Amino acid sequence: MVDATMLPEVTAAGVIIKAILILAVIAGLAGFGTYIERKILAFMQRRLGPMHVGPHGVLQLAADGIKLFTKEDIIPQHANKIIFAIAPIITAATAFIALAAVPVFPDFTIPFIDVYVPSIASDINVGILFVLGMMAAGLYGPLLAGMAQSNKWGIIGSARTAIQFLSYEVVTGLSILAPIMMVGSLSFVDFNNYQADGALWLVVYQPVAFVLFLIAGFAETNRTPFDLLEHEAEIISGYVTEYSGMRWGLFFIGEYANMITIGIIASVVFLGGYNDFWFIPGWIMIIGKIAFSFFFMLWVRASWPHVRPDQLMWLCWKVLMPLAVINILITGLVMMIV
Amino acid sequence: MGLEQFKNRNVGTQNYKVLDLEMPPITAMEKFKQVVSRTFKPELFAGLGVTLREMINALFRGKMHTTQYPFEKLPISPRYRAIHEMLRLLESGHYRCIGCGLCEKICISNCISMDTRYDENQRKEVTEYTINFGRCIFCGYCAEVCPELAIVHGGRYETASEQRASFSLFEDMLTPIDKLNLQQEYQGFGAISSNADENIKKTPLAY
Repeated sequence: MVDATMLPEVTAAGVIIKAILILAVIAGLAGFGTYIERKILAFMQRRLGPMHVGPHGVLQLAADGIKLFTKEDIIPQHANKIIFAIAPIITAATAFIALAAVPVFPDFTIPFIDVYVPSIASDINVGILFVLGMMAAGLYGPLLAGMAQSNKWGIIGSARTAIQFLSYEVVTGLSILAPIMMVGSLSFVDFNNYQADGALWLVVYQPVAFVLFLIAGFAETNRTPFDLLEHEAEIISGYVTEYSGMRWGLFFIGEYANMITIGIIASVVFLGGYNDFWFIPGWIMIIGKIAFSFFFMLWVRASWPHVRPDQLMWLCWKVLMPLAVINILITGLVMMIV
Repeated sequence: MGLEQFKNRNVGTQNYKVLDLEMPPITAMEKFKQVVSRTFKPELFAGLGVTLREMINALFRGKMHTTQYPFEKLPISPRYRAIHEMLRLLESGHYRCIGCGLCEKICISNCISMDTRYDENQRKEVTEYTINFGRCIFCGYCAEVCPELAIVHGGRYETASEQRASFSLFEDMLTPIDKLNLQQEYQGFGAISSNADENIKKTPLAY
């Protein structure tokens, strides 16, 4: 571990380069995530998935991107055009703004121009609150999109967005409160350092909080057990029914970026962060953890059916929230006694 | 099993099993117990296990289902009735058709039309032979009736083309003379496909 005082000064140029890096890499990864999702789901059904664009279909992203970019941009006649146009941008933008306060890659210095690029674009001291708040604000995208498009399926989709938002948000906050109490900080760097130097991962102390956070994370990213917003079998495409082309693509870049963010939060807060593990260097560990959490989301999508909106609300308010509160109580008691 | 057992409609005298369905919980305590037992049963993980097992089966044990169709094709049965082929005699390379006209006569959709004449050796010679594939219903009567095994059904089932005439001329259906050694003989009724062994499955006697 490098002492914080030894690090070079963070300059504006470094932050801008970092922001461009995050945008480029995560947007690319989010697009590539669609390919990975299709491949993994295919393998789990003993199919091959995309095979024709590039070797084993790895360039499928390029084909999809070209298709989305060149599609006609349709805005329905009776839609509220301004809100319809900015709703996808809200989803994508909040997903990337959330990544500003999350440690994404290791820090490095660009050799010749001597610009230090930090590992977090902005290391604010309320990192977790900021990230969770931004991801929650991202749900305004589906909410406004569904209501602006003058389509009954869109209206149902945004109603479900509201239900989902009301259900999981309390669980997310309460579940992550117990680790915050143990660490005593809201900064991701402090979480990472708390688990450094061979200390046990927080998931060992807080298994219940970890499971609750995973469940809430699935709801937050609209992944399958809780993909109420756009379930094809019930409400066509929900809030994206009237969207096409790049506006539709922005929703999905936002969703996959959110999946990566949830993976990063789960890894840093509960699974030991980017600390070295035994002989494995930290950056491999963090990539492995994020990749596994991404895979887990796809795995769950291939395996489990999804729940009804009322079941989600029942689950969150009647089961998960009491569990989270009890977990906080017990954590507090143990911290007081020990 | 005799027929009378199927005719017995008296429910209750037969060996029906009543499923062991529990009563739904009524009191709050019973409901709570049900929630707890459902929460801690590893049923969800059984589902995860199934998909992971299938993924391992597909990736490492060669049980991938997909056939990448235009590049690989499943073998079809020799009895499959696709576009017709006109076979040649293996010894001389001359076409087998003797111009008897039986196929034209038996064709129930009237799609075969042929014209013949006597050549200089007083043998029947086929001058015109076309099959209208817009009408052909691929019933197989022409191949069945042919006394010389001259017209058979081939395995060429990809029949999308720019013109209907693309398959229907005698020369197109005739085995090319340079591919005479590759000419497949019709294996006869009852022939099995080349991958018949792989397709054998156990009869589901269990249910």
